[in-house]
Amino acid sequence: MTTAELLGQDPVWLIVVKAVIVFAICVVSTLLAVWTERRVLAKMQRRTGPNRVGPFGLIQSLADGVKLALKEDIIPAAADKVVFIAAPIIATSMCFMAFAVIPMTGKVNLFGQETALQLTDLSVGVLYILAVSSIGVYGIVLAGWSSGSTYPLLGGLRSSAQVVSYEIAMGLSLVAVFIYAGSMSTAEIIGSQHENYWNALVLFPSFVIFVISMVGETNRAPFDLAEAEGELVGGFHTEYSSLKFALFFLAEYVNIVAVSALATTLFLGGYHAPPGLGFTEGWLGGWFTIVWFFLKVNIFFFIFMWLRASLPRLRYDQFMKFGWKVLIPASLIWILTVATLRVIQQEGASRTVLIAFVLGLVLIGFAITSLFERSKKKSEEPMTQGDAPDFPVPSLPGVSSINVSAQTGGDRE
Amino acid sequence: MLEIATPETIMFWALAPLSVIAALGMLVVKKAVHSAILLAFVMVTLAIFFIAQGAVFLGVVQIVVYTGAVMMLFLFILMLVGVDSSDSLTETIKGLRWIAIAAALGFGGLMIALIARATLGRTAIGLEIANSDGNVEGIAMLLFSDYVLPFEVISALLITAALGAMVLAHHQRTNRRPSQREQAIARFRTGSLSDAAGLPGPGVYALHNAVDVPALLPDGTPAPTSISATLKARGDVIESAPFQLDVVDPTIKEEK
Repeated sequence: MTTAELLGQDPVWLIVVKAVIVFAICVVSTLLAVWTERRVLAKMQRRTGPNRVGPFGLIQSLADGVKLALKEDIIPAAADKVVFIAAPIIATSMCFMAFAVIPMTGKVNLFGQETALQLTDLSVGVLYILAVSSIGVYGIVLAGWSSGSTYPLLGGLRSSAQVVSYEIAMGLSLVAVFIYAGSMSTAEIIGSQHENYWNALVLFPSFVIFVISMVGETNRAPFDLAEAEGELVGGFHTEYSSLKFALFFLAEYVNIVAVSALATTLFLGGYHAPPGLGFTEGWLGGWFTIVWFFLKVNIFFFIFMWLRASLPRLRYDQFMKFGWKVLIPASLIWILTVATLRVIQQEGASRTVLIAFVLGLVLIGFAITSLFERSKKKSEEPMTQGDAPDFPVPSLPGVSSINVSAQTGGDRE
Repeated sequence: MLEIATPETIMFWALAPLSVIAALGMLVVKKAVHSAILLAFVMVTLAIFFIAQGAVFLGVVQIVVYTGAVMMLFLFILMLVGVDSSDSLTETIKGLRWIAIAAALGFGGLMIALIARATLGRTAIGLEIANSDGNVEGIAMLLFSDYVLPFEVISALLITAALGAMVLAHHQRTNRRPSQREQAIARFRTGSLSDAAGLPGPGVYALHNAVDVPALLPDGTPAPTSISATLKARGDVIESAPFQLDVVDPTIKEEK
């Protein structure tokens, strides 16, 4: 029985219960994610991080949330009121919706019903996630526009350009997965990985492209140009306060968890145990698989934190250049390769043909890169000689540094 | 006739009026951005109708494609028309209104003719047969066999449009823009080194700390480089004199 058929048998009350569970998981994981991020970042920066409220500071983010909700709610006079209020609602509701098609466990027993912890299984589930996340970005863009202020507008514009360019790369990286799994449903992609290898191994380039573009998609460092606090104060949410700001905050973290969950589903085998640990999947009547699922999600979440701690923000044009000139062509070439390999395999060609094809591609790759190396000329123009500075500087090639003791007349002795 | 299930009927009567109102509102509202938002709403409701009728792939693709498209429209509005622009009814091209009405009527007629040709005199075969190989596979089969020529023609049209937009928006640089590295080197090699670490910030005083007051140099004179040239040209600069201390004691007491 496929997952879609299994979920089709759910009575209405069970669907409601599962919706509540999914919602609760999103909210609680946001609270924990904020705490984890602050603690892990602190560790990476040799600080302690929040450790006062509750054991290990665990309730800190809850306290912060309550404080945030009780603050004064300000709507700027220049704001477009309706859109200003609707924007955080769009942003938040859409990232919750993305969770509906993520399978979190295998077949389990919930209140006496055979089911799986997944709200629904669409035949185009992965595309559905792309669709709702692209609606979610409207929240950010509209927030930027409706604030009636310059910095938010710039943040909103940046975010829309970012999404338009990085969603293409993300969509293209998914194509290889679809070709390999022969399906766009999340449950079936997990199934196909369970029968073969994880997609992270087989489709490694897709995996890399997806991970990069998912950071761009969620507006996180080093791609957080939409809310670059060094340049745009707070970016799109500069004018937001109180609960509306809290909603954006919630949306950001739910989004991170959602794309991490999607990456887990598509590339790391979803809720299935890593190879060799398959016996754990039967524990607790199948419920133990949720542990594997969240472990894998946390791997991706850790990557998010790690990136934020170690990389500076990209300059805007570098960011665009990377998206359009590196990620998209790379994923196009990779899709062509995967599609060809898949057809060769399905037509029943021998292994030698496959290996010859791959080797040929590698050789072409080497040839192209060596051409690039040769055409790259380093400009070795002589540096222009500047004026001699009138104060002491460390000696640089091309600048004559002043001899301090000669100028002051040596009266220091 | 095809059977229509009750939940679908309820959904239809809930969403259809909303989408019609939004579509009408799109034409009526003053601000261009509001119009774009309403357009996005209409697209999403249409997608929900598609999904409810069993065309899941079409519905989802409708959202993915049109949200991106409306996003581009949004950018065009912001960049070409202006952030807070409203509709103006003055015609910039002579006879624009009649051309627009003719185009709208022509397009409407074309749509009616196409839909009529696709539905009249034919019996619906039902979803089960249409989706017998799977919804996505069915669409792919049609798109890459019977409709491959229109598909390619449309793609050629789109590429031409994209190229045209690039040609219109492109301008040739007469000299190469210096890279960030070259700019950084030039800052240290040429001119005075005093600006190498960046220009001074605007004045920050107890009474005023906005960007429109120049900072004071150690000798008490205002630093002209600390404020933006735009503000200066606009005449929005405030004198820094009122924020100075009345008497500055320039003598330096040496610590013993």
